[in-house]
Amino acid sequence: MTRWWRLGVGLVLLALLAWLGPQFMPDYFVRVLIVMAVNVVLVSSLGLSNGFTGVFSLGHVGFVALGAYSSAILTLALDKKLAYLPDLLGWLAQIQLGFLPATLIAGLLCALVGLIVGAPLMRLNGNYVSVATLGFLIIVNVVLVNAESFTRGARTFTGIDTSTTLPWALGWMVLTLLILSRVAYSPFGRAMRATREDLIAAQGIGIRVLPTRLMAFIIGAFFAGVGGALYAHYLGSFSPATFYFALMVTQLAMLVVGGQGSLTGAAVGVVLVTLLSEVLRNLERGFSLGSLTLPPLYGVSQIVLGMVFILVMVYRPSGLLGDRELQLVDSSKASQGASPEQEAV
Amino acid sequence: MTGFEYLFQQLVNALSVGSLYALIAVGLSLIFGILRLSNFAHGDMMMIGAFATVLLTTSGLSFLLACLLGIAVAALAGVIIERVAYRPVRGAPDVTMLLTSLALTFILENLGILLFTASPRNFPLPDWMTKLWSLFDGRVTFTNINVLSVGLTLVSLLFLTWFMRRTTVGLGMRAAAEDLGAAQLVGVRVNRVIVVAFMLASAFAGLAGVLWAAQAGVVDPLMGFTPLLKAFVAAIIGGLGSLPGAVLGGYLLGALEVLIVAFLPPEVSPYRDAIVFGLLIGFLLLRPGGLLNVTREVKL
Repeated sequence: MTRWWRLGVGLVLLALLAWLGPQFMPDYFVRVLIVMAVNVVLVSSLGLSNGFTGVFSLGHVGFVALGAYSSAILTLALDKKLAYLPDLLGWLAQIQLGFLPATLIAGLLCALVGLIVGAPLMRLNGNYVSVATLGFLIIVNVVLVNAESFTRGARTFTGIDTSTTLPWALGWMVLTLLILSRVAYSPFGRAMRATREDLIAAQGIGIRVLPTRLMAFIIGAFFAGVGGALYAHYLGSFSPATFYFALMVTQLAMLVVGGQGSLTGAAVGVVLVTLLSEVLRNLERGFSLGSLTLPPLYGVSQIVLGMVFILVMVYRPSGLLGDRELQLVDSSKASQGASPEQEAV
Repeated sequence: MTGFEYLFQQLVNALSVGSLYALIAVGLSLIFGILRLSNFAHGDMMMIGAFATVLLTTSGLSFLLACLLGIAVAALAGVIIERVAYRPVRGAPDVTMLLTSLALTFILENLGILLFTASPRNFPLPDWMTKLWSLFDGRVTFTNINVLSVGLTLVSLLFLTWFMRRTTVGLGMRAAAEDLGAAQLVGVRVNRVIVVAFMLASAFAGLAGVLWAAQAGVVDPLMGFTPLLKAFVAAIIGGLGSLPGAVLGGYLLGALEVLIVAFLPPEVSPYRDAIVFGLLIGFLLLRPGGLLNVTREVKL
């Protein structure tokens, strides 16, 4: 039996799901699956940059917003650009890219911004890095609201093709997880975890902390941008408020529930939290059970999510999986170069 | 309008908004100093204080009594969140406590939306609060709300100074801020000290919430979010954990915001918040201990 067979089976199953799912499943389930896959991209990259390095950034959603807006501007049809964004810069107004190149450019743009922002910020530790990166998120939000000629300001940015189909979402999810697990379980990944466990000891054995953290931050930013592009082309319309505090807390909850030090954990957290939110969202619309009628209670799902978040912090701060991974590729002695891969669906 | 009077009017505005930042930041810094907790839910104590005041006033209580009770409700809310959410994670890594407070503020804000809807409500003000004062033939104007904001902030800060210096619990707080474990060893009743710290900080936030709502004229469930972040900036400018630093930072930030709007070209003023948070990042990098240089290991 080759060591790749489990990964192969997983990929074939996912491909079947991507191909057959939309034909046989109700639209609602397909949409939930797409959201899950996009969130796995976002949360696992958050896990790599935050959980594996221990540098807890709250600015991830800032990159998601940048990715969403930049990809949306790139793919918007020319006539819609004229209608919605009449003041766009000349060359931006005249190009229309395909979904894939726009997604890649969004990711690269975010990686570049990540380099610029991260180079100074990754020097900070603990609470300070969290507050500073939250500052970055707010700056992104202020700029998006005010750069009206690019973003329509606080109004809804609309008219984007909903190109994020199930195969796209699942494809990017698999690619993201493969790349991230390659990174996380390489010597470089071990350096990341060493700096998390003990900064001084890591420096003592010659790990250069700043470049290590910065690289993790940039990789996280790239996939946040990619995920943002996927999210934008799933939603079709959004505003700066879509990518703000509420999304940040939801993604942190997903990561924390699953386990901050594990990519499998990130994926498990996404699945659990998404399922919980969907169930509660259906309940909060109000329902009647026999003579008992429950009025609609909008916001209950958020409150329950927040409570789950706190319970996890109190009783299981390392999350469901801690730093354990589901291994789809056998990482026994024979395959020391190979990193453990994992999927979850 | 002559230059001097324009400057004077801006000074009035700066003092008025800076007082509120100082009032919020000092509570934030008090709690951070003891627990190393970045209490994001602190802003929601403002919201709770202001909403309690609105509800009590509309139920027929006199305005002043409603304000006092509203502030008491905020203080009580602070004690409850400490007991329910923060005590179980006390001593956990900084990030765990920070995440807990983020989750808490998410809960409180959504609870506010669920109970009161997201749309703003009028904050009922008695006439004497909005009485307009004018100097220099009406070229410099301010209301009693501005006077109260500055006056009550100063009174609160003087009270806090007295409390920290002259009472046993205050002494305990200073000891706990120095070293929580050592304070416990020498017999400081840490739980009581922390409860009182939350009570004081939340009462200050409640007062700030009432004044903020009076200045804005409305309350809404998310009203605490932006002031809290600004107070964070103020506390970091002064040196997170230092009470005088938080006050200094609050007034400096108020002055800076007014300066940006008053003296820079109008195209810049929408970017005010971005500039403020840019400043925060600059401070963290160049002088992480703040102006008063609270020495803590924060930077690589």
